[in-house]
Amino acid sequence: MEKRVVFASPWLPYALVAPQIAITLVFFFWPASQALWQSMLVQDAFAAKTQFVFLDNFKDLFQDPHYLASFRVTAVFSALVTVIGLSVSLLLAVFADRVIRGATVYKTLLIWPYAVAAAVAAILWVFLLNPSLGILTLLLRRMGVAWDFLLNPTHALILIVVAAVWKQISYNFLFFLAGLQSIPKSLIEAAAIDGAGPGRRFWTVVFPLLSPTAFFLLVVNVVYAFFDTFAIVDASTHGGPVQATTILVLKVYQDGQQSLDLGSSAAQSVILMLIVIALTLIQFRFIERKVQY
Amino acid sequence: MALALSRALRIVGAIALAAATTSAYAVTEIQWWHSMTGKLNDKVNEIADKFNASQKDYKVVPVYKGQYDESMTAAIAAYRAGNPPQIVQVFEVGTATMMAAKGAVKPVYQLMAESGEKFDPKAYLGAVYGYYADTKGNLISMPFNSSTQVLYVNKDAFKKAGLDPANPPKTWPEVEAAAKKLKAAGVACPFTTGWQSWVQVESFSAWHNVPLGTKENGFGGLDTRLELNGPVQVKHIQNLGNWAKDGLFVYKGRKDEPLASFTSGDCAMITTSSGSYANIKANAKFDWEVATLPYYPDVAGAPQNTIIGGATLWVLNQKDPAVYKGIAKFFEFLSSPEVQADWHQTTGYVPITLAAYDLTKKQGFYDKNPGTDIAIKELTNKPPTANSKGLRFGNFVQIRNIIDEELESVWSGQKTAKVALDDAVKRGNEQIEKFQKANQ
Repeated sequence: MEKRVVFASPWLPYALVAPQIAITLVFFFWPASQALWQSMLVQDAFAAKTQFVFLDNFKDLFQDPHYLASFRVTAVFSALVTVIGLSVSLLLAVFADRVIRGATVYKTLLIWPYAVAAAVAAILWVFLLNPSLGILTLLLRRMGVAWDFLLNPTHALILIVVAAVWKQISYNFLFFLAGLQSIPKSLIEAAAIDGAGPGRRFWTVVFPLLSPTAFFLLVVNVVYAFFDTFAIVDASTHGGPVQATTILVLKVYQDGQQSLDLGSSAAQSVILMLIVIALTLIQFRFIERKVQY
Repeated sequence: MALALSRALRIVGAIALAAATTSAYAVTEIQWWHSMTGKLNDKVNEIADKFNASQKDYKVVPVYKGQYDESMTAAIAAYRAGNPPQIVQVFEVGTATMMAAKGAVKPVYQLMAESGEKFDPKAYLGAVYGYYADTKGNLISMPFNSSTQVLYVNKDAFKKAGLDPANPPKTWPEVEAAAKKLKAAGVACPFTTGWQSWVQVESFSAWHNVPLGTKENGFGGLDTRLELNGPVQVKHIQNLGNWAKDGLFVYKGRKDEPLASFTSGDCAMITTSSGSYANIKANAKFDWEVATLPYYPDVAGAPQNTIIGGATLWVLNQKDPAVYKGIAKFFEFLSSPEVQADWHQTTGYVPITLAAYDLTKKQGFYDKNPGTDIAIKELTNKPPTANSKGLRFGNFVQIRNIIDEELESVWSGQKTAKVALDDAVKRGNEQIEKFQKANQ
């Protein structure tokens, strides 16, 4: 028997998807094609003079060692944010799921950071870790760490990773918790009766059943680390010191919005778009196979 | 759809307005986009209100459009969309970009000449006027808020370290000597600086009469190139780098962030904007004073004059030239001694006209507020030379970032001053070449 739903009318399915297609065309394909066109132009800020330079903007970018370094920074940053963010929130979700008394309080407190705007989250951590005034800086100094994120590239990277992870934990936590709660208790109890300890129960029963949630969160977190962390970096390190925390999306903004070099900025956003397309393809092609729905 | 609706609403609104005003009197609106916040914003509104009350034909409407880079981008976007504001406030590093946009900008000297308003270039301070004039000496944008660099000293910390607060350091070697004593007395941060590129490279070069770039620091054409890696600059940056290593100079950030370390009493000396006066006055809980920017006595011709920072008002090209007359009237009002003197005294920015300076003197303001005239004395120290009238490099927003980055690599000990400044020149010139390509 045919399992798919088949429409009787020839035009109805097209009419039903038309709004979605229209939105995609207007809000994705149109700006994307404009970015593609702009990336091959050199233009002054007021668009009084425009020259078509074909791939010169791209060539300039790949000759800039700082731009190439920015790829590495973005890769390290995104990997750290995603891995740390997912593991910490999974841990918290597992514990929150087992809490019996005051569970709502824990859950509420853990979800709170999500309500904080990214720029505010960044400033908050800048205050805590400010080289001269920060409270955490004081503690670190006592432990013998000469903390100074203004001049030390590693410290700057730690700062933005911590702020970005802190901001994202609530979101991940919420999904993991929902995922955990949807796992039938009978399965876990059956495993317990068979003599499996808590660790084994988690890895053989709970984790596989959580994999769709984890996969969804992986995709969301990678996109988050690539794009949404912009405000955090812009409000804390501004990409410094010496571009040690200049992630790709920050450079798109700095060159386009602050420096009004639209050609180069558009070229960078085209490159960024290609990276995200590639990443998403890889994730769906290779990682999704391991997911058990 | 939304456009049609808004148009319909506008027509309805216009009809309602016409019905409400019995005398069909046409007031031409002048949109003024600016980036002034807090007390400065209040002052901007006050100036506009006073102008609006002084005549009936024009109405200046100040609109806060975000920080400097944001309001400039917004104005450019509005221009590209065919609906620019009449006046936009642009920071000094955006000058080259605005000036290269010949078709988009109405030069102030032309505006004033065409509308027949009173306009005397000699009434303005040379250091202010020169920064915003073309090579022929024609004023392109209207000076509004200008500041320069001064040294602020924590007198209490000086007393504690056995230094004479009545005798603040005049030269960089004296700064070093004072910093050593302060450090010995237990001060964690003897010296810091705000706006490092502006203070320690840009104005430092002018103050010592050495060039930042060829072609009169870029005033002479788009084919200028940086040369801020001269021996005088290298020596100074290397000194600062050494002091950073010894804990005499503590780096606190690229822009205005270091100021908080001075007002909190953490840092004993800071070189930063004269416009920080009001902030320090409001927040510092110790005895402090303003001193002249230090120099190297062994550099011939030093001190020359400092250069300004801040912003000017640009007139964007309008479809209806009738509004130009109103803008010219407003600019004349803005540069009147009374408005300027009041602006100078309440904000800490320097007065842009000599008349406003004289008026402030006559009112006894400098006697009651010692140190507030140091900025203007630095600017007028000597008539500006090709090295000290300012700078005009394309893509300077990026170049300043590059200089900041290279300086940071000196403070952290990764590079020597020579290597860092050479790299800054190389990377900066790439930006200038790019700008030249886009604007030729």
